[in-house]
Parts: sequence; structure tokens; C-alpha cells
Amino acid sequence: MKLKLDQHSPIYLQIIDEFKRQIARGDLRPGDRIPSQRELAMMVQVNPNTVQRAYREMELMGITETLRGQGTFITQDPERLAAIRREMASRALVGFVQEMHALGYGRDEMIEMVRGTWDELFAAQAAPAQPGAPPQHAAQSQRSGTEGGESRGDGRV
Amino acid sequence: MATVVFDRVTKRFGRVRALDELSVTIREGSILGLLGPNGSGKSTMLKLIAGLYRPDSGTVTIDGMQPSTKTKAMVAYLPEIDYLYGWMTVRQILDYVSAFYKDWDAARCRELVKFMGLNPEATVSRLSKGMRARLKIVVAMSRSAPLIVLDEPLSGIDPPSRLRVLQAIVSEFREDSQTVIMSTHDVADSENLFSDVLFLKAGKVALMGEAERLREERGKSIRDLFEEVYA
Repeated sequence: MKLKLDQHSPIYLQIIDEFKRQIARGDLRPGDRIPSQRELAMMVQVNPNTVQRAYREMELMGITETLRGQGTFITQDPERLAAIRREMASRALVGFVQEMHALGYGRDEMIEMVRGTWDELFAAQAAPAQPGAPPQHAAQSQRSGTEGGESRGDGRV
Repeated sequence: MATVVFDRVTKRFGRVRALDELSVTIREGSILGLLGPNGSGKSTMLKLIAGLYRPDSGTVTIDGMQPSTKTKAMVAYLPEIDYLYGWMTVRQILDYVSAFYKDWDAARCRELVKFMGLNPEATVSRLSKGMRARLKIVVAMSRSAPLIVLDEPLSGIDPPSRLRVLQAIVSEFREDSQTVIMSTHDVADSENLFSDVLFLKAGKVALMGEAERLREERGKSIRDLFEEVYA
């Protein structure tokens, strides 16, 4: 797990955010094992108590489940996962809209520019995106990753 | 576990007050970052805990006891200086040191030597500075001491060695039975390790608190606070 900690906000919150981000992007799939607390603490050289706090909060938020003696896993609850994705999207949106607003752009102009930039960036890609559809890899993972191909059960974060 | 209390401690060297009526309580189970520029009193504080200095006034106590042979058995102290005999091999050093301590954990020591990438047959004087720093950490962390005192363990060593030293501290730290006090003037690399930080300035406390709480309340990294305090 690569963690870019900016250290200006509490580390435990940044650890939680990083897990949420990876879940929302589909890098972590439902049922994936995540590193043990000690492993993560070593990977990112963070105080074990800080990692413990992050894991405890994630458990309370329903992001992860800990099975005694087996480790900590990403929840399989589809509603929970969808909520995490919505939350991350809404955070990105608020940031974007605020920034554009500060630059003096109005609502319709902003929407127009989003369309334009979308086409510039993704025009090459064939199918028009359905509104609300998760990206390809995330969509697959929500079918619980049973289809063949890569396995992500290695606890990689 | 060990709680360390400084109560109005003053330590003078000639005319200089290295510590000036210093009062702090270091809570057990914490990893305390003892921060400050050179000459702020960090090493003096650590040597008082290790029982190498006596205060001119005030008291230092570890679990209520003043530093003595009894508390020395509780403290694993890593001095800043190179104190290991250069003519010995890594294995000889570890054998030699292990004989001094009842709490020496030979299995953990072997694991640490491996983790640090140290060659047991290498002669200490031939080791790079980074490798010698790694060896010192092995010596300190191979004990199951309730109080681990590390004086500048990251100072002047290469980045890979720094990483290994930090990882060894994280992996060997037992939060339910140990307290770690570590001095450094290099905050950027180590701030995530600390549960608490103590900023020393001219032998007095400039700022002390829980690292996560300070980040939350001030919206700043410990490193930024460091620059603020010593600006």
C-alpha cells in the first residue's frame, strides 16, 4: 500500500480515506483481505496505535470486517460499497465546483466545459458512458469477482 | 510499561542550563518524539532517564523510582555516539551485549539481524555508518525493556537505513508493554511514528501533546509546527 500522507490532518483519517479511495476505484474488491495492522504500520512507518484506530473506525463504519484469526476483509455489502463510492464522488465534485466557482465560472458554463473536457479525454473510447455506471473494473468487482482473470486475493493495497 | 516524570528538573553544564525547571510526564505506551534543534536539551533529558546524569535540582522518576541500577534494568538506552567495539564482529557484539541483560530476546535478535540485512561475520569497524546505526537499533530493540530510549537513531544515515530503523521500531514496539522515547531533529521522516511529541527549547517545554490531536486542532503537520516553534 502506497500512502501519501500529507500530515496536515490526522493520519488515521488519511488511512481510512485511502482505503475508501481504493474501494471506490475498484483497486480493492469486496472480500479482499487487507494488510494486518502491524503490516500496514510497518509499510507506512506509522504508529501502531494510529493504524489500530483507523481499523477500528473502518470496522464501525462497516467498511471492513475482521474474522478472528483470519484477518481483515473489505465488506461484501453492496450498499455500503456504493455509499463509499458516492461519498468519494461527492467529495471530488464539491471540490471541483468550489474551485471553478472561485475561478468565476457559472453553472451552465461549467457543465459545458465538463462535456468538452470529457470528450477530449475519452472521445477515443467507444461506448458512450451510461450515467451512473461504475467504471469497467469496478463493475466487474461488484459481481463479486467470480469471473476468471486476475485474482486480487493477495491482500495487496 | 513505564511512566517517566520530570519534576522541575534543572541540569547545568557550567553556566549553561541544559534543562531549566523542566516538568513533563511521559505516558506509558506512547512513542514520544523528543524534538528540538541541537543544544535544546534532548540528549540531557535522555541521559537523565538512563541514569547517566543526575539532576542539579528537581527529580526524575521512572514508575516512581529515581534512576538506579534497578531502573537501568528497565531502560534500553541507545546513545548517539558510536559505542560498539570496532574490532568485534556483529555476532561477537551481540553475544557480548546479550550477557548484560536478563531481558535479552535471542530469537528476536536473530530476526532483527536478518531484517536489517546485517552480516553476522562482518567486522564492526568495516560497517558503513548506516549499517552501524542498524546494529545499534538491533541492540536496543532485542531487549524486552519496558522503556526504550533512542538518542538520534536516524542522525546522519542513508535513506534505506533510515527506513529500516523506523520499520524495526514499528515492528518491535509493544504498545501494551513498552514506552519509547526517541530524540530527533529530523521530524519529516519520523513524525508518523510518534503518538506524542515534545518540543524542547532552551531546556524548557515549548509545546507538548498528542500528535494526531495537534494535527487536528491546528491543521498542521508536526513538521510545520516544528518550523513554527523554532522560527
